Amino acid sequence: MQIFETPRRGLRRGLVFLCLAAFWCAAPARADDLEEASKLFKAGQREQALERVNRVLAQKSGDPQARFLKGLILTEQGNTREAIEIFTKLTQDYPNLPEPYNNLAVIYASQGQYEKARASLEQSIRTHPSYATAYENLGDVYAKLASQAYDKALQLDSTNTGAQQKLSLVRELVGSPTRVAAKEPAVAVAKPVETPKPAAAPEKPAANPADVLKAVNAWAQAWSKKDVDGYLGAYAKDFKTPGGEARADWEKARRARIEAPKSIAVAIESPKVTMQANNQASVTFRQNYRSDKLKSSSRKTLVMVNGEGGWKIQEEKAAK
Amino acid sequence: MRFALLLLVFVSASALAATPEDRLTNVFQSVEANRLDEALQRVDALIHDYPNFRLAYLVRGDLLLARARPLQTFGNVQGNVLKTVPQERIEGLRAEALARLRAQRQRPADDLLPRAVLQLDPEQKHVLLVDSRRSRLYVFANEGGKPHLVADYYVTLGKNGMEKTREGDQRTPIGVYFVTGVLPRSKLTDFYGAGAFPINYPNEWDRRMGRSGHGIWLHGVPAALYSRPPRASDGCIVLANPDLESVGRYVEVKRTPVIIADEVEWAAAAEVEAERASLAAALEQWRADWQSRDTARYLAHYSARFSSGKQNLAAWAEHKRKVNAGKSWIQVGVSKVAMFRYPRERDFVVVTFDQDYRSSGLSNRMAKRQYWIREDGRWKILYEGAA
Repeated sequence: MQIFETPRRGLRRGLVFLCLAAFWCAAPARADDLEEASKLFKAGQREQALERVNRVLAQKSGDPQARFLKGLILTEQGNTREAIEIFTKLTQDYPNLPEPYNNLAVIYASQGQYEKARASLEQSIRTHPSYATAYENLGDVYAKLASQAYDKALQLDSTNTGAQQKLSLVRELVGSPTRVAAKEPAVAVAKPVETPKPAAAPEKPAANPADVLKAVNAWAQAWSKKDVDGYLGAYAKDFKTPGGEARADWEKARRARIEAPKSIAVAIESPKVTMQANNQASVTFRQNYRSDKLKSSSRKTLVMVNGEGGWKIQEEKAAK
Repeated sequence: MRFALLLLVFVSASALAATPEDRLTNVFQSVEANRLDEALQRVDALIHDYPNFRLAYLVRGDLLLARARPLQTFGNVQGNVLKTVPQERIEGLRAEALARLRAQRQRPADDLLPRAVLQLDPEQKHVLLVDSRRSRLYVFANEGGKPHLVADYYVTLGKNGMEKTREGDQRTPIGVYFVTGVLPRSKLTDFYGAGAFPINYPNEWDRRMGRSGHGIWLHGVPAALYSRPPRASDGCIVLANPDLESVGRYVEVKRTPVIIADEVEWAAAAEVEAERASLAAALEQWRADWQSRDTARYLAHYSARFSSGKQNLAAWAEHKRKVNAGKSWIQVGVSKVAMFRYPRERDFVVVTFDQDYRSSGLSNRMAKRQYWIREDGRWKILYEGAA
């Protein structure tokens, strides 16, 4: 379990979709729009998806399926406040549905509000005692709450660690901590912005973790779209194949695996980028894979190198 | 109606009496009975009332984590926290939990007395005993000269353990001491919490043994904490602030003894009485022999290793011979006798009393302290001086 290893706030099982056939018996036009919106959303086209959903809601404002999807889209867009409103309203209007509770919990957990997440999940289980997702997530929430309790027990003062992080940032900026500390240590910590820059500026611009993440997302998207060439193109020339097999053999096997299912959806959850050098980084995340044949969730680490074609995958391994 | 009122008083009194330690014990009882939800509710309520009780958070962490996965250990802290927090901090909380639980489960038997308290003077209303192995301070009330256990508290002692010998060794002294003063909260920094009661370390015996250091106090904890781990002080005896306040109600300056031992020895009343009687007889004989002006008999009560701090036996004997020779009569009154066995030392007792000395030349009253030791079956005086 990695729960304590990184400040990852997400739950083992992320947002869930609402799959109740009972809600699909609406007018065909609305069903089409909704299905289209759902597809757009899964393809990552949130703006368009939101537009469609809003169109459905304009005709039928109370539609639970559409409201649910809108909540999902808003969450992904980072509009958690409105998403919380929507899911909360759904729990009031449909208290027997466990999914809105679960999704509320996922949002609360992502904000670090674990007591609220716990209350929602416990409610979700109360409505549906067999709802496995809520159990899994509740386990994670308990673990987070436990971790917080341990922090309190051991007097971990978050403001202190903040100060320490700031301090180490200053050290990185300045290079020599003694020089700053000798002058005015208090100011150096409080105002990292004003500390002097090192005399020798790095020759190359510093690598940007966001670029690394972009490459990882592109890889996941290519995979989701079953774009095998795009997928394989995300790997570096010197990629270390997992079993040490020849690159060609590995590519062939991957192609077969990706082409086989009718649909694939790969989601990257809570990625954490660690810059090892200017041209090397590792990214650890939870990979939620779903195809019409298989559903799996695992922690993964990609070792990325920055070469001519930008950031590429050099190694792919299960995270420890 | 009156019954209902009485019940109400009883209920609120028992609610008040439930200390955080009692409540922690109740949490563990719930755990043992496998009522984990109840345990979590209880620990949550405890944290609500005592948000600075760190140990309660550790237990809460375990109770929550147990819902997610099987626990490996008590205080199952893991992951990043372990990298940033020294292991001894977790060990400290575990040790505190053990000490508190043990104290709640292993209560002293009602019919046994602390062997260290041979006799209390009528004006000593209470005596404090510290049991370092149990991290416990026991308060005994003086009931007709006999100690009766009235309260006990968890205490924090020196980081490096017991038997202080030199300044800065972060150990707690072992011995018989007395409270020498009261320092109210207002005169202290937050570190000492609700207040402090200094004791007379180093006492005459410590000085004779060449022990150094000073400033051993009973004191409270900073506001941010409810308690500290069992071994965390620089040698002081540290109590939770509410506990220090309770102890404060028993303490009288210069009267209240504080006996600090590795372990409180418990003995049957008859055994303690036999020891007391044997020493009381020796003390009475010393008094009578002094009064008789038979200086040789009087000096026979003193050990060859005697020292008053200024005089050894020879100098003391010479002085006493000279003084006694000039007297036509001497009367010695001894009252308010207290006797405490010295921990770790064999047959070694601190005796305090009021001495009323009258003679043909000079009369005076003084509070006196003597250290008696049994040598070859006979009680002898090792030290004598003003208390």
